[in-house]
Amino acid sequence: MKISGNAHLVGDHIDTDQIIPSKFLGTTDPAALRSGCFLNLIPDFAGTVASGDVLVAGDNFGCGSSREHAPIAIKATGIACVVAASFSRIFFRSAINIGLPAVVCPAAVGLINDGDPVSVNLDFGTVTVAGRSHSFEAFAPQVLDILAAGGLTEFLTRTLARERGAA
Amino acid sequence: MASTLAEKILARAAGRERVSAGEIITARVDLAMANDFTAPLAIERFKEAGATKVFDPARICIVAGRHMPFRDQSLADKVGAVGVFCREQGIDRFFADTEGMDHALVPDLGYVLPGMLVCNADSHTCTYGAVGAFGVPMGSTDMAFILARGETWLRVPETIRVRYTGLPGRYVTSKDFVLATLGVLGVDGARYKSIEFYGEAITPLSVDERFTISNMAIEMGAKTGVMPVDDEVRSYLRARTDAEWVEDISDPDAVVERTVGIDVGASGPVIARPHSPSNVVPVTEVRGVRVNQVNIGTCTNGRIVDIQQALELLRGRKVAKGVRLVVTPATERIRRDAEKAGYLDELLAAGAVINPPGCGPCAGWHMGLLADGEVCVATHNRNFPGRMGSPTAEIYLASPYVAAAAAVSGEIITPEAVAS
Repeated sequence: MKISGNAHLVGDHIDTDQIIPSKFLGTTDPAALRSGCFLNLIPDFAGTVASGDVLVAGDNFGCGSSREHAPIAIKATGIACVVAASFSRIFFRSAINIGLPAVVCPAAVGLINDGDPVSVNLDFGTVTVAGRSHSFEAFAPQVLDILAAGGLTEFLTRTLARERGAA
Repeated sequence: MASTLAEKILARAAGRERVSAGEIITARVDLAMANDFTAPLAIERFKEAGATKVFDPARICIVAGRHMPFRDQSLADKVGAVGVFCREQGIDRFFADTEGMDHALVPDLGYVLPGMLVCNADSHTCTYGAVGAFGVPMGSTDMAFILARGETWLRVPETIRVRYTGLPGRYVTSKDFVLATLGVLGVDGARYKSIEFYGEAITPLSVDERFTISNMAIEMGAKTGVMPVDDEVRSYLRARTDAEWVEDISDPDAVVERTVGIDVGASGPVIARPHSPSNVVPVTEVRGVRVNQVNIGTCTNGRIVDIQQALELLRGRKVAKGVRLVVTPATERIRRDAEKAGYLDELLAAGAVINPPGCGPCAGWHMGLLADGEVCVATHNRNFPGRMGSPTAEIYLASPYVAAAAAVSGEIITPEAVAS
């Protein structure tokens, strides 16, 4: 799977309150969460994103609360992948679980400017910027299975269907 | 080969003799939990995947009354639907009335035992480490999978040991212990790790005071924070359950990533400045900052001991003009104990507002939000921009002593200065 788009940069330690303020937590509807994404940090973030763009973050992205509304909101803006120097573990799991690839690649993050064209190849494990490719940390086999299914809900659907078939 | 406390609990959950840091395991979950923010989505995903039966209703606990009474139709409807799901599935451990919030309620009900793997769709699940359980926070879709299967994948974490030594000063509390630790490790110094808190300065602390420490492990990025079980924990548990449990300790020669020493006698009370829990300085350094609101409560400091400590300074004094003091007992039992002891009357006499049991305004949902430019001293665990309403409001995190001192002075001040 290959993702190509323009980079949207955010800094270090961006917490989930900044990704999606709690006043939006009354819903899990992606269309409603889209407008709240980075509300207090980047005005009209969703309006600046073209489908397939890449969010590029510094260290510890998604720290704070476990609200899954955070990756849902990011995905709803059209962002197709998050590349970060590092992730908080809850955000990383939840992003993968809803089918939003989360890639750890500090070497690339340091070289990307806002708006740069970036491509991410999930099969080869590379982030390419300005003609140079950087390898990222390989996913664990469990994570690869979830990504391949398109998310954990789809993975669970298949697991349950297989068991029903076997029974 | 030697193992850490975390490795021993996870080996048992994985049905293995031994596991090592860095490995990925499939672990059986002893207790699965979710709340009013996270259960609705978990149940939605569960149904979306075609699941019909939860793995074991007796190993599930849903606490959906964190924001009771519900502020709007959307939340009321969602919690209503969670209640229907729990009845259909035979989940008896469902709490959505006045019982309070999960991290204070569930250990107090005796549901959390040493050696358990507890997964909860909430970031402060690490709180359960104070009674020797391995509490792992996660999101709603992870919880949907657990509700269906009773298991999850986990990376076995490296351990960072934090040793507390020394004799704390008169107004230095377990909140100061953990804030001092945040000052050293920062907001990602324990990312993906298990923190093991231990040392002679923990021994005299009650279990309620210890929860304050384990609660904030997540603020350092940790997967969880655990403590070895001692007599204090055993008597806490014996008063609440007849169940058996397993006690683990790290082997003396277990491999740990690093050990951090904190001398709790080295400084007076501390405070985390806006907008990061690791922005920790001595209270004296921010003395004189005017405050508009003071909050006492939450899973960090919403227990009876916290109300007692606050009252040491509030008793016989009045909340300063222009300051709102908002007290939120974490559970109904705490509220009732405070009532019986006369604490609620004393708080009211001082000029406090008392919220219903639960999370109060901590997550910016209701019951005490902040206006543009306002300053709040809170006993909470997070002070991110916009956390409690306006993104330009400033939140300082501190102990109940420091919070109460600010409430009566109208500005940040040391507890000693108020008491003298």
